[in-house]
Amino acid sequence: MPKEHANWSPYDNNGGTCVAIAGADYCVIAADTRMSTGYSILTREYSKICKLADKSFMASSGFQADVKALQKVLSSRHLIYQHQHNKQMSCPAMAQLLSNTLYYKRFFPYYAFNVLGGLDSEGKGCVFTYDAVGSYERVGYSAQGSGATLITPFLDNQLKSPSPLLLPAKDAVTPLSEAEAIDLVKTCFSSATERDIYTGDSVEIIILNAKGVRHESEPLRKD
Amino acid sequence: MFRNQYDTDVTTWSPAGRLFQVEYAMEAVKQGSAAIGLRSKTHVVLACVNKSNSELSSHQKKIFKVDDHIGVAIAGLTADGRVLSRYMRSECINYGYTYESPLPVGRLVVQLADKAQVCTQRSWKRPYGVGLLVAGLDESGAHLYYNCPSGNYFEYQAFAIGSRSQAAKTYLERKFEKFTESSRDDLIKDALFAIRETLQGEKLTSSVCTVAVVGVGEAFSILDQATVQGLINEFEVSGEEGGAAAAVAGGGGGAAEEGGAAVEQEAAPMDI
Repeated sequence: MPKEHANWSPYDNNGGTCVAIAGADYCVIAADTRMSTGYSILTREYSKICKLADKSFMASSGFQADVKALQKVLSSRHLIYQHQHNKQMSCPAMAQLLSNTLYYKRFFPYYAFNVLGGLDSEGKGCVFTYDAVGSYERVGYSAQGSGATLITPFLDNQLKSPSPLLLPAKDAVTPLSEAEAIDLVKTCFSSATERDIYTGDSVEIIILNAKGVRHESEPLRKD
Repeated sequence: MFRNQYDTDVTTWSPAGRLFQVEYAMEAVKQGSAAIGLRSKTHVVLACVNKSNSELSSHQKKIFKVDDHIGVAIAGLTADGRVLSRYMRSECINYGYTYESPLPVGRLVVQLADKAQVCTQRSWKRPYGVGLLVAGLDESGAHLYYNCPSGNYFEYQAFAIGSRSQAAKTYLERKFEKFTESSRDDLIKDALFAIRETLQGEKLTSSVCTVAVVGVGEAFSILDQATVQGLINEFEVSGEEGGAAAAVAGGGGGAAEEGGAAVEQEAAPMDI
């Protein structure tokens, strides 16, 4: 007997793209602000980026209801950490917490594709990229979401070291300056917006460095 | 206090209608080092005396941040206080998660009081041996509550608990009428004066006391030692005698202790 299929899904995909790039002493986290369902747009001004700690920002695309729930769980866990340790969580610690939280729901996952960006305890930029169930890796740059397949090859071309076999090993973090990295991110989003129908409206960019946090916003094509 | 045949467990009433185990728990609060709280319309200040066992050890933590808008100072069994603070923090986080807004202080103290009451009605438990001064801010303004081991709670303009707290209470009773309109800095100064009263002649320095503030536009925080010492130096230099009746208060404190014992014969302390 052929298997019966559900006439209802607990998940929906609200689309969108997230990117993060780590620099020597900064980190850029960016996401578009379009929220869609099917072929419709729900809103043009939705933020997919959440501040989890002073030096950790998470951008997530996928099912935004799950993303919101995930952000709330992590914020509460961070509060508990602050009460117990009297300090903010470091970005690598938050990265592990996010991974554990995602795997906790291994058999009914958060439909969230995350990119965590921030500064590590040495002040260097760090970016962690995840799948929906918590598998993660520290990288120099990453893209997730509907436009990821368009952006990642471009970032590989601009940022990736010539070969992992070359010695001395090239640092994962890019030697680009902060301004160059921001410009690169804007270029990524403009290009992705051209061909990905779920990406557009505007891009929200967060820049983290020793001096603090900065916001930038750039309009994108609305079609 | 007195030993008698009705004080073995908390689930036994005395013929006079008292639960001695609960009263003994309140005694534990009186043995702890002093903690005081006072509030104005916009700020609440908590201060406590830090006594360490020896010169070699660090002192007990008696003031805890519960949330951005709530803090608590404890007197008595500090371990019980730590556990209750953890409970309060957890309640605040859960409320914030569900309602995306800060837990009103009045709600928190009721939950705390109910938790304390449970321990007065279970034969396999004992009452918490700690008194809590809960300072917080919510939509209805600044609040200071006192939670006892008995499960009772009261709201106060100013209060002091722990050993030699009567001296501080006497000072606060003289000054409390002007607290509502006090500025933040004056409130902190009054808190330090009240702490000085409990020290009964010992020198007031920032190493023997801890001060914390919460107010409108100011999240709960514990002031660092340097700031506190600076404030102490200010009024010591100017020779301000906030506790001008220090000698009188010392004598008055002694008389009050005996007066308190006499009162117990008439009405159980927790009924007051």
